[in-house]
Amino acid sequence: MTKRTRRDVLVGGSAIAAAQVIGFPAIAQGKKYDDGASDSTIKIGHSGPYSGNASAYGNIGRTIEAVFKMVNDNGGINGRKIEFITYDDGYSPPKTVEMIRKLVEQDKVLLTFNTLGTPPNTAIHRYMNQKKVPQLFVATGASKWGQPKEFPWTMGWQPDYATEGAIYAKHILATVKEPKIGILMQNDDYGKDYYNGFIQGLGDKKSLIAQLATYEVTDPTVDSQMIQLKNTGANVFFNITTPKFAAQAIKKAAEIDWKPAHYLNNVSSSFGSVFRPAGLPASQGVMLALYRKDVNDSQFNSAPDVIAFKAFMAKYMASADIKDDTHNYGYSVTHTLIEVLKKCGDNLTRENVMKQAASLKGFEAPLLLPGIKVNTSATDFYPLQSVQMARVKGESFEMFGNILSNESA
Amino acid sequence: MATTMTTETRAAAAAGTATMAPGARRAVPMWIWLGIVFAALLPLTGGQTGLISNFYFLQLSLMIVYSIAVLGLNLLTGFNGQISLGHGAFFAVGAYVTAILIDRYDMHYLATLPLAMIVCFIIGYLFGRPALRLEGHYLALATFALAIAVPQFLKYRHFEPFTHGVQGINIFKPDPPFGMPLSPDQWLYLVVLACAVVMFIVARNIVHSRMGRAMMAIRDQPLAADTMGINSARTKSITFGISALYVGLAGALHAIIFEFVSPDSFRFELSIAILVGAVIGGIATLSGAVIGGFFVQFIEKYADAATKWVTQTVHMPIELEPWTIYGIVLILLMYTMPMGLAGGFAALWRKIRPG
Repeated sequence: MTKRTRRDVLVGGSAIAAAQVIGFPAIAQGKKYDDGASDSTIKIGHSGPYSGNASAYGNIGRTIEAVFKMVNDNGGINGRKIEFITYDDGYSPPKTVEMIRKLVEQDKVLLTFNTLGTPPNTAIHRYMNQKKVPQLFVATGASKWGQPKEFPWTMGWQPDYATEGAIYAKHILATVKEPKIGILMQNDDYGKDYYNGFIQGLGDKKSLIAQLATYEVTDPTVDSQMIQLKNTGANVFFNITTPKFAAQAIKKAAEIDWKPAHYLNNVSSSFGSVFRPAGLPASQGVMLALYRKDVNDSQFNSAPDVIAFKAFMAKYMASADIKDDTHNYGYSVTHTLIEVLKKCGDNLTRENVMKQAASLKGFEAPLLLPGIKVNTSATDFYPLQSVQMARVKGESFEMFGNILSNESA
Repeated sequence: MATTMTTETRAAAAAGTATMAPGARRAVPMWIWLGIVFAALLPLTGGQTGLISNFYFLQLSLMIVYSIAVLGLNLLTGFNGQISLGHGAFFAVGAYVTAILIDRYDMHYLATLPLAMIVCFIIGYLFGRPALRLEGHYLALATFALAIAVPQFLKYRHFEPFTHGVQGINIFKPDPPFGMPLSPDQWLYLVVLACAVVMFIVARNIVHSRMGRAMMAIRDQPLAADTMGINSARTKSITFGISALYVGLAGALHAIIFEFVSPDSFRFELSIAILVGAVIGGIATLSGAVIGGFFVQFIEKYADAATKWVTQTVHMPIELEPWTIYGIVLILLMYTMPMGLAGGFAALWRKIRPG
């Protein structure tokens, strides 16, 4: 590719000149490129926390890098190698701005992918849309990433918190008799996103909420909130908490012998950091919505995507802990981007990337639960909006019921 | 009374270990002025010709912003001997004052700067008063607590109408006035540069004034300073206030440059970064602040990239942690140049050119 003879240039030049004379756009063989794409490579930018408090999420970036290495080893996408550039932003919004500006203005990437965290993505949201560079499949569950009218260059990926909240509400209305709902909520953006979705799902049945108790991330425990909630006589508990507090809440509910129908948000769907610390006996029956397979669950041992994932982990991330769910997430989301780039074909303009990202129909990204598919359209910038209810049974999740969706138009 | 005190404090300062000889004020050397003119012309010479991209102007602006912050800490730690691990807090306050005034009260961004400085001065002064009873390590801890507490305060429920909680505040980057043919990044670079020049001149005047000599006297010989009639409580809290004012201005400029503030932008790592910048640059020198700003912006921010680059070029068998190179650089610098880079270079210069 780098060897260009003078003749090539001349031929190319005259072809372009000829094309312009006839009035065709000056593109040979229908190939179209923006910054970051060429006949040989596609440049993709990413920033995430490799250092600092949130550095556990750094594994997502490492997984993405490894997946692209695998893709390149297998010949790339439509014959183009992926050049993946990732920087450490330490989960600090100004640093994210700086790194993203470096990626867009200096490294000239075609798009940024899976930038991590709500505050960092908020900081670059307007910049990306001003520059018209795709900010694809951001790694946050906030509901604000799906606004194609205001922000046509930004798209989320995972089921957003509001969608999930609405799904729980619908499930409660459909399955619990005379529900009286107690809610424990982390008092921040993330908690409110869930809560608002939940309220929306309840529709005109908002009065079913007996009490909303909140806590701050800095609180040592949620014990008093749990006692308050029990005293309202609620028979449904919606637990909007991050792992540490989720474990505390589950444990406390068992201690004070409160046995409501317990709905836990997907944020805390971890055995390692929630159910085991809370105690497995106390966790039995806790319900939550899942959208990806737990690869450590033996029921998926024979699924082809799980086998492929395990082979990938063994070859490209041998020293990583496969129990860590961030690898699972990174693998699945990266394959969604690969699908988009495949569909772009030789038209690797930013506009076409967004167009293809917004026309995924029934794409089954690896590691999604059976029946859950990626769907987008020009007006639906929420790729995943379906979940499967599951309950904790023994040391794994037991799926039950149908796939629940809250697809927007 | 005033004149006698001046001579006495000067004597006291000179008697101490004074790393910066107060003496008579020298004129600012010509080359510094030339450097400033050169820097001010960069948007024309480099920006308009396309030699320097907007991204580099962003980085230069940031470097200058950190220099102002490091300068603020230098005044406190270097010239007055008070240790602060919490200057990120004032940085955050300055940034939020500016962001809130622009966001909620539609104020002009330049008009917010003095207000951010005043607010930070008041908070710094008030914090400095009780903290005066604390010396050395205890003060360090108290300020550290401040750095940890401020981001939490910003998330506090009842402040949310102003701060927007964890969501942060989006503001708009100002366009250059009078239809100047500059990009917003180039214009802000000029604004930041102008602020820095003014603040460095003010700092220089403070250091060479009666106040500055009192500051250094308290640092070097607190007892002697007291006996000479220096009101050390007052001097120390005012120094704390001035220092906070500098850092607050840096924070305000930072907010305008990034068009965004959020509690996560100002975690305690920022305080440490400012302190490290001050120590590496040279704690009791004004020029050290510029070097410190450079260090914070370029060495620290790209520590991860550098580590990665080294791992790949040397084909290291193990994956290094992101901050490895940064740590090594820090240790080496502290061993070879304990007086900071400014001090180190000065010593080197003296060696090369004796007399």
